[in-house]
Amino acid sequence: MNDDSKQEPANFEFTREFLKTAQSHIKKYPKNRQSSAVMPLLDLAQRQNGGWIPKPAINYVANLLGMPSIRVLEVATFYTMYNLEPIGQFHVQVCTNLPCWLRGSNDVLNSCKKCLGIETGETTDDNLFTLSEVECLGACVNAPMMQINDNYYEDLTSETTENILFNLREGADVKTGSQIGRNSCEPINGLTSLQHMKSNLIVEDG
Amino acid sequence: MVNMIIDGKEVSVDPGMTVLQACEQIGIEIPRFCYHERLSVAGNCRMCLVQMEKSPKPIASCAMPVGEGMTIHTNTPEVEAMRKSVMEFLLLNHPLDCPICDQGGECDLQDQSIAYGIDHSRYQERKRSVTDKHMGPLISTTMTRCIHCTRCVRFATEIAGVPDLGLLGRGENAEITTYLEKALNSELSGNVIDLCPVGALTSKPYAFIARPWELKSIETIDVMDAIGSNIRVDVRGAEVLRVLPILNEDINEEWISDKTRFACDALSYQRLDRPYIRKNGRLKEATWNEAFNTIAATLKKVNGPDIAALAGDLADCESMIALKMLIQNLGSENIDCRQDCARLDPTVRSSYLFNSALAGIDQTDAILLIGCNPRWEAAVLNARIRKRYLESGIPIGVIGEKSDLNYEIMHLGDDVNVLHDILAKKGRFSKILRSASRPMIIIGQGALARGDGHAILGLTRKITELYKIVDNNRGWNGFNMLHTAASRVGGLDLGFVPGPNCRDTEAILDGASQGSIKLVYLLGADEINMERLGNAFVIYQGHHGDTGANRADVILPGAAYTEKNATYVNTEGRVQRAYQAVFPPGEAKEDWRIIRALSEIIGKKLEFDSLAQVRAALVEANPNFLNVGTMSPAAWNKFGIDGEITDMTLSSHIKNFYMTDPISRASITMANCSKAFANNHFEKITNNG
Repeated sequence: MNDDSKQEPANFEFTREFLKTAQSHIKKYPKNRQSSAVMPLLDLAQRQNGGWIPKPAINYVANLLGMPSIRVLEVATFYTMYNLEPIGQFHVQVCTNLPCWLRGSNDVLNSCKKCLGIETGETTDDNLFTLSEVECLGACVNAPMMQINDNYYEDLTSETTENILFNLREGADVKTGSQIGRNSCEPINGLTSLQHMKSNLIVEDG
Repeated sequence: MVNMIIDGKEVSVDPGMTVLQACEQIGIEIPRFCYHERLSVAGNCRMCLVQMEKSPKPIASCAMPVGEGMTIHTNTPEVEAMRKSVMEFLLLNHPLDCPICDQGGECDLQDQSIAYGIDHSRYQERKRSVTDKHMGPLISTTMTRCIHCTRCVRFATEIAGVPDLGLLGRGENAEITTYLEKALNSELSGNVIDLCPVGALTSKPYAFIARPWELKSIETIDVMDAIGSNIRVDVRGAEVLRVLPILNEDINEEWISDKTRFACDALSYQRLDRPYIRKNGRLKEATWNEAFNTIAATLKKVNGPDIAALAGDLADCESMIALKMLIQNLGSENIDCRQDCARLDPTVRSSYLFNSALAGIDQTDAILLIGCNPRWEAAVLNARIRKRYLESGIPIGVIGEKSDLNYEIMHLGDDVNVLHDILAKKGRFSKILRSASRPMIIIGQGALARGDGHAILGLTRKITELYKIVDNNRGWNGFNMLHTAASRVGGLDLGFVPGPNCRDTEAILDGASQGSIKLVYLLGADEINMERLGNAFVIYQGHHGDTGANRADVILPGAAYTEKNATYVNTEGRVQRAYQAVFPPGEAKEDWRIIRALSEIIGKKLEFDSLAQVRAALVEANPNFLNVGTMSPAAWNKFGIDGEITDMTLSSHIKNFYMTDPISRASITMANCSKAFANNHFEKITNNG
């Protein structure tokens, strides 16, 4: 956790809307067990603060849940999904674990670097993109993949990756999920098993 | 009972035990780093792995509860290999700096690597390094050595109650940190040094001073508060280098306060190492004979009843009985061991003891604190209250100033009227006391060291009786006097108090300022207002150049608590022996010997020549002195008076935990602590004289 006091707000407080959501999380837990809500609350704080959690937010969440600040900080530093430093508007997280790597995650990562002009761990000058290399995000079946904010982008190639980043920068609509039109995580060439039941399956339109 | 087989041996153990404890019970030692009996189980070092039959994987014995029919193996080649592997991982990032590490020679990791370490490293990568953390003036950190056992985190959170330490990050990036680099603000912080199994947390004042094999250890007791913590004094040559706790379940468990641990540097500073005589307003070095002759000459001009003696907070029982007899021989009974003018009643022993014993806190179900701040007056006792609080969430009421005691309190006010209300069965705490089966009152010297202390004592006694806080049928006495002076109970037990119609501290000081008391013998009494001694001739016998020595006309250099074989009685009334670890510096002598020598020169020879004879005199004064190490229960009786209470505010009398006596005031380490923790609103200690 580096000090970046320039961008650190002096105070943090949930907006009314966020506070309401926070309280609905807190209510899920029995009395004296409110600290169990620390993770959703940190997530809320991160969302409210543009993708990262400043120190005042750690203290705020700690006070809200009646727990020591250090306990909240332990949680926040343990999970890589919590960002403790300022971050771009789009957090591009490219998986480089084995299945994705075998399916070409190097190309995806290199395309990101080339397209954004930054290395991993860096943020573009316009504060739009932060690029990270992450461990398995659990979508190996559609490898290679990356996560940008709350969405997965799967079955990537250099071209589709660049396309996605370009569209995000332009504010255009971007297709999430598989980029080659497969439905969810079905096999690329259609069903390979349970074919006799095909007529019974409800197939959503992708 | 649970039956299980460990290494082919059938054993039956209590249910709820862990496998590790079961192994210990039959004498099998399991190596461990993170496990500690007094802390919660973390199970993260993996050093205690053992094999359990029917389990495909090894189990962490510290975290596995025993089960019926379990079969455990601790000495198979597999277990040996597992321990070696765990050790190899622990050593991956551990620096090879044992030669410059203060933990060397008393390091768990070093010791266990003798048994389970491999003689070479297969690790080719760069070792990680971690920036050191600031943990205040007492704890030195070398965080690269940390193996993340989290004992310190658990101690700070659970025992000390200051949740400032934490393990941040994960995996290789995990680091122990204080929140926002804050110094560990606890009176018990030094214990993390003992808990740390490696050299990550070591003692800052003791840094690079000595190696353990150079030290001679003497087991003795502490006098920095009235708890009488059992300690080990480590010395090299003539110098006390450090103080460590030793286990005593009845008193300090295995903790000691930072004052106990770190004030020992003062044993080398500001010492009175030779007699002094005041000539023309200035203290001049002198020989023992000159000092004694000066006293003898002065005594010739003074009548018996014009002589008085006060014993300070660190005085041992032997010197007090000797001084008492000397002053009596001189024809005076103006003696008092209550230099703070506490209105303690010496005639009823149960009125000035911590009757329930410290261990009684483990059984109580309601505590009422009156005019005391146990965190500062007896930090180890406070940890015990906290332990009880965490165990059962007992209600703890406080009448006195509102302060953070590291557990939840019901602040009932700082007003004496709250006591009146409780006596009138009014208020929320009245209900609690009524329904409690083993309630306890802890009353501090802040409530007694005042003009109306007698009345407050009487009021408290009535409350004690009304709510059956003392109940002879069940053998429960929850009336607990919390002293802060190691000498106090001993002084009261042996009768270092004014004789009938003789002067107590208040009257002695009044007399001295008015000129009717012409000679005052201060036995290490420094916490009185020296200006009130007026023109009296002052003899100061003690070990540190503090306010008493500053005022004295003759200084007799005595021995500090590590320099004499002495008897102290703790706040429970438990008689304990201190043992000599080093010799007193320079010309200084054991205190009872000084008084014995003086008595001969002034022609009032005391009838003892050996320590055994002095102790016989102690037993004669009070047979309780025979029961060394144990508590003798005291009978309940009437004490205190129904007087008017004039000052309505109650508070603790300790304002700065780190500076309470001549030793801690001379300690550089304690001065640093006062500075570091100045945000605690510490003020200069107030004199009550």
